[in-house]
Amino acid sequence: MKIIVIGNGMVGHKFCEKLLTRDKKAEFQITVFGEEPYRAYNRVHLSEYFSGKTAEDLSLVDRHWYASNKIELYLDDAVVEIDKYNKTAISSMGRKLPYDFLVLATGSAPFVPDIPGTSKYGVFVYRTIDDLELITSYADKAKKAVVIGGGLLGLEATKALKDLNLETHVVEFAPRLMPRQLDESGAEFLKTKLEHMGIHVHLNKTASSVSGKEKVEALEFKDNSKLESDMVVISAGIKPRDELARDCGLRVGPRGGVIVNHKLQTSDPYIYAIGECALFEGMVYGLVAPGYEMADIVASQLTGTDKAFRGFDMSTKLKLLGVDVASFGDALAMENECRTIVFEDRVWGIYKRLNVSPDGKHLLGGILVGDASAYNILLQTYQNGLALPQNAEDLFMKSGAAAGKIAGGGIAALPNAALICSCEGVSKGAICCTVKDQGIYDLDGVKKITKAGTGCGGCIPMIKDIISETLKELGKKIKPAICEHFDYRRQELFDLVKVHGIKTFDEALDKFGNGAGCEVCKPVVASILASAWNELILKQATIQDTNDRYLANIQKGGTYSVVPRIPGGEITPDKLIVIGRVAKKYNLYTKITGAQRIDMFGAHVSELPLIWEELIEAGFESGHAYGKALRTVKSCVGSTWCRFGLHDSVSFAIRIEERYRGLRAPHKIKSAVSGCVRECAEAQSKDFGIIATEKGWNLFVGGNGGSKPQHALLLASDIDEKTCIRYVDRFLMFYIKTADPLTRTATWINKMEGGIDYLQNVIVNDSLGIGAQLEAEMQNLVDHYKCEWKEVVESPALRKHFNHFINQPGEKDPNVRFEELRGQKKAVDWK
Amino acid sequence: MNYSTTQDVQDIQWYPACMITDVPENGGVCVKYKEEQIALFHFARRGEWYASQNLCPHRRQMAISRGMIGSQCGEPKVACPLHKKTFSLIDGRCLSDEEDCGIKTYPVKVVDEYVYIGIAGEENGSEAICA
Repeated sequence: MKIIVIGNGMVGHKFCEKLLTRDKKAEFQITVFGEEPYRAYNRVHLSEYFSGKTAEDLSLVDRHWYASNKIELYLDDAVVEIDKYNKTAISSMGRKLPYDFLVLATGSAPFVPDIPGTSKYGVFVYRTIDDLELITSYADKAKKAVVIGGGLLGLEATKALKDLNLETHVVEFAPRLMPRQLDESGAEFLKTKLEHMGIHVHLNKTASSVSGKEKVEALEFKDNSKLESDMVVISAGIKPRDELARDCGLRVGPRGGVIVNHKLQTSDPYIYAIGECALFEGMVYGLVAPGYEMADIVASQLTGTDKAFRGFDMSTKLKLLGVDVASFGDALAMENECRTIVFEDRVWGIYKRLNVSPDGKHLLGGILVGDASAYNILLQTYQNGLALPQNAEDLFMKSGAAAGKIAGGGIAALPNAALICSCEGVSKGAICCTVKDQGIYDLDGVKKITKAGTGCGGCIPMIKDIISETLKELGKKIKPAICEHFDYRRQELFDLVKVHGIKTFDEALDKFGNGAGCEVCKPVVASILASAWNELILKQATIQDTNDRYLANIQKGGTYSVVPRIPGGEITPDKLIVIGRVAKKYNLYTKITGAQRIDMFGAHVSELPLIWEELIEAGFESGHAYGKALRTVKSCVGSTWCRFGLHDSVSFAIRIEERYRGLRAPHKIKSAVSGCVRECAEAQSKDFGIIATEKGWNLFVGGNGGSKPQHALLLASDIDEKTCIRYVDRFLMFYIKTADPLTRTATWINKMEGGIDYLQNVIVNDSLGIGAQLEAEMQNLVDHYKCEWKEVVESPALRKHFNHFINQPGEKDPNVRFEELRGQKKAVDWK
Repeated sequence: MNYSTTQDVQDIQWYPACMITDVPENGGVCVKYKEEQIALFHFARRGEWYASQNLCPHRRQMAISRGMIGSQCGEPKVACPLHKKTFSLIDGRCLSDEEDCGIKTYPVKVVDEYVYIGIAGEENGSEAICA
């Protein structure tokens, strides 16, 4: 059966995909015509073209996709005539092909208002890659640009122009931005945000003409005002591309659009229309998700499944110029039709509105500006008619997962029909089935099979929740094995390594694993080996994460940063001068870190040993900023200078840092010592923190900053230095031996049965009787400490690996580029 | 030891990249070939060699050669050190979630102490570089 698809946009392409999947007997021969010279590309992300993406990046599939699926693809060749009677399509290049069924996916064109001057040089529309190229090249000569249209597409175009560093204005004839999605207050919040970014917003303005001699000079308005500008971009709406349909006598709507029925057939049953060119019950669906749904329906019609189009929810969530904007359901319901709950935060620019049914039981719709993290769960609550909790405002006070728990049981309460991924049209039931029936237990697998989460990706957190809920339901307890190569937890492997005296990754793999290892188990085993024996990690360089392999932190562009140890944050003027001198010599960007140290960025891999050599010469050593290891022991100045200081916190911090330097652990370890209860060193936010008291020191453990800040908990109070060090020895060693990979001490304690009370028993009361053993193990590690940088500097064999090219030693990576910023260099932004 | 991938060997020029001992066992190095950067890997446990482009397509960074190598269900792979995107060393396809960005792979052979990377005819401007 011969199928011709007219249009190679997102929806036309999706149709091909859907038909291929459903075409089990391989009975369809598909031919695609595209008017543009490019393969189907992601129009939704079009503005990324300005931030450096190429046409190839935006492309939906690689260039072999069509051929390898046996689809004839004719690009740069528009169909100019459909001969309904002989069921033939004729293209501009003279191709004349017969069809059994024809699918119109011609999309839409920008709507250009009928005002004088729109054909002047410097007036553009915003729709295709070619439009963007024209805009980009014209923008070189322009300073100021105006966008006509403050709706969704208009603001996308605004972002694009802003990215081109133009003074950007946006003009909307309605009294607010995004009038279809936002209410007055929501639009006001969005406007404020845009203005903060330097975008000029003009509302209630109707353009009357574009003036200028040959090229654009100004945009004039009905109220006789005018706005001078070098270029004008029109993005005031879309008009369906229905000219082919019109010409061959298909029925079209009064304002355009090919009229279709529930099966998406046009007035000719052999011709379907999908996407933005179709008019269904008086409506053109100008979003990609309904277009995809239409594509699937036609594919199912053709393959004998009777699926019908029933309209589509036009809820949207997007990021406009970095601002979250979402609107769902009846977002603009009138006050007298519903009860509204409104939350406004003018400090952070967050606006949320929920429309609730008059009886307070159901959600009718809503608007989110500035923070749309609750969108998914709110949308589900609305779409599935879930009962609202008593305090409906809780729904948006909490964001994301927390909100999910409140909304009537969250994920678990959703019916199987609930649409989770609206881009690909995947329901909760489909995801559950993949887990239950096909035995797919991980996100990647579910994405591959269902395609859920492969569009905008906004539903991924929900997919994860559904997978784990379903696994729980199945009674599956997934053993947290390290990866496919080691069927053990980290703690088990640690014990095995110790008991069997394993010294290398290969031995571990031979004895306890299988396969060749991977990027997950190699660093885990490397960390275990380092914690168990404290041998030079570069003896097994290739199992280390890149930072450990090069003893420096890889940064944007592939260069490295260097952090020498500055114990306790104390440094002499002479050593400061050395850092300055080295940084200057190798042209490194310098910055004070959050941990009282100095970081030097932008070193080529071949420069690292040279830099270290000079630093070591001046008495520095590695700061282990690259390792899952003890980083720094921060200190306040303490009793040496401070009039409040109780003890000498700097000296104690140095003593602690020098004891545990280089100690490898499941994750990085941070510490601090404060000289009094004012806590200037912020010790309670560290993995272990020590605070001076009148009688000695208080020891806190399990704090961290980062994405989920947590305060440390008191482990022991009023202890002397010796006891403090004994407890820290035990605490760290116990953590190193029992924590899962990449688990900070806070999470480790949170997951521990019995929590801090249990830990206190083990460390302080020695309830397991392992105190002495832990101390001995720690002492062994301390005794074996060596500076890793020094080992490399002194070993020609190790130095050899600090080269970018193995066959051009010393030659730097020519692809590394820097830019200047405030008198120093920085890595160029990546694409 | 003589290993090469399954590509058509007819029109391939073999560029002698380095010595076996230059490449760390179960690790990789970066080889310069004209303006190209090629990542070369030695799977010592299996006695196999692979090569791919050094450019990670994800953020366009020259970093693949510094990545950790390993296997997924037996298939040799490499993980970019920057964001841990993994790629098959058999056909270069991305094994992480973004399936549409693959890398180019090259055949490799070892003769005596030398490791050769196979450059397909069309890319090879010079006849001089061959084994």
